[in-house]
Amino acid sequence: MNFLEEALRWIFNPAVHEGANSLAVRIGEHLSYTFGAVVLGAVIAIPLGILVGHTRRGTAVTVSLTGGLRALPSLGVLILIALSVGIGFQAPLATFVIMAIPPLLAGTYAGIQAVNPLTVDAARAMGMTPLQIIFQVEVPLALPLIVAGMRSAVLQVVATATLAAYVSGGALGVYIFSALARRDYPQMLAASLIVIGLAFALDGIFALLQRLARPRGTVVLR
Amino acid sequence: MDWLNKNWELVIGLSGVHIGLSILPVVVGLAVALPLGWVAFRYKKIGRFLVPASGLLYTIPSLPLFIALPIILGTSILDPTNLIVGLTIYAVALLVRQIVDALGSVNHAVRQASVAMGYSPWQRFWQVDLPLAGPVLLSGLRVVSVSTVSLVSIGSVIGVTSLGYLFLNGFKRGIPEEVLVGVIATVIIAFIFDGVLVLLGRLLMPWARKAQS
Repeated sequence: MNFLEEALRWIFNPAVHEGANSLAVRIGEHLSYTFGAVVLGAVIAIPLGILVGHTRRGTAVTVSLTGGLRALPSLGVLILIALSVGIGFQAPLATFVIMAIPPLLAGTYAGIQAVNPLTVDAARAMGMTPLQIIFQVEVPLALPLIVAGMRSAVLQVVATATLAAYVSGGALGVYIFSALARRDYPQMLAASLIVIGLAFALDGIFALLQRLARPRGTVVLR
Repeated sequence: MDWLNKNWELVIGLSGVHIGLSILPVVVGLAVALPLGWVAFRYKKIGRFLVPASGLLYTIPSLPLFIALPIILGTSILDPTNLIVGLTIYAVALLVRQIVDALGSVNHAVRQASVAMGYSPWQRFWQVDLPLAGPVLLSGLRVVSVSTVSLVSIGSVIGVTSLGYLFLNGFKRGIPEEVLVGVIATVIIAFIFDGVLVLLGRLLMPWARKAQS
């Protein structure tokens, strides 16, 4: 418990809140990675997921692709990219986009495919064009699962963003890696607790968004 | 291929260590999650608390978890136990929900028939519920095994040697090939684990395949 006290003392130490290495700056970097990677990943994965879900073609390829991407060790990918593009924020961002794609893709195509085919048929019979069917029927009904995909992508990136500091990419991992070198356990623990708190907070926000994403009038089948 | 030619023995050795570190969390995780999942399924009131709680455990980022565990376990920061316990927590967190879903997928009429035939609750669990829940359980186990194999390498940051050593060493020495070999070896191990699980599933649940085709 002694370490826990020291960790808390570290968090509330005024020195931690000053300058270019301040806690607020590092949290900002951490969140920028998270949202940047999830937004970039969504730009790639959501249209692809809609296409796969709507046409029902390429499902097998998508499943094995997302499975294969999940098997990639994040630290290895990060370092591999850093060795080719150099240290800084580019390599972590690229890595996190790769990490964000599988859950986003899986959530989107699963959500679209789960839409009742009778509903789609009814929309078509009413004279809706394919684009109208996608954007007025399928996407709204799939939204809760798409948001669920975002939620796991956000959690994935918030966790791996800690590693960015290993290739001089900033974020909250800075405190962890500098403390590892000095064997400064309280600082390591403090930074870890902050990352965990951040993950919980983001998870809570997305749990709420997931609830809000449910179209009115639909029933949750569990 | 220069680096690999000179260092293949190291890669084989580290792969062995990596496999060893990955097996334990998956096996122990299943053993812990099975009774918890059963309790959560059988007693809905407990389940309503247990399933979200295990979901919350899964949201804890890995490196911070490995660093925070020593204060709970009383271990040193460089102890491999932190990594193994951390990965086991993830396995349990993922599997509890999956086991609840798997048991829920069992046809209720079949369960009632087994009760009518005089199965005790213990027999029913092992001979009816678990085999029929098997396919859904297996799909969860496959997710756990892939994520465990890829997370083990994070342990190298806190001094637990695995294929992750090749990432850190390759970065320090600026050898992309070393890092690439580490990544490929990790993915191969993940695929081998997955293949073994699929094969075990076919051996233990021959009916599941027939039902699919």
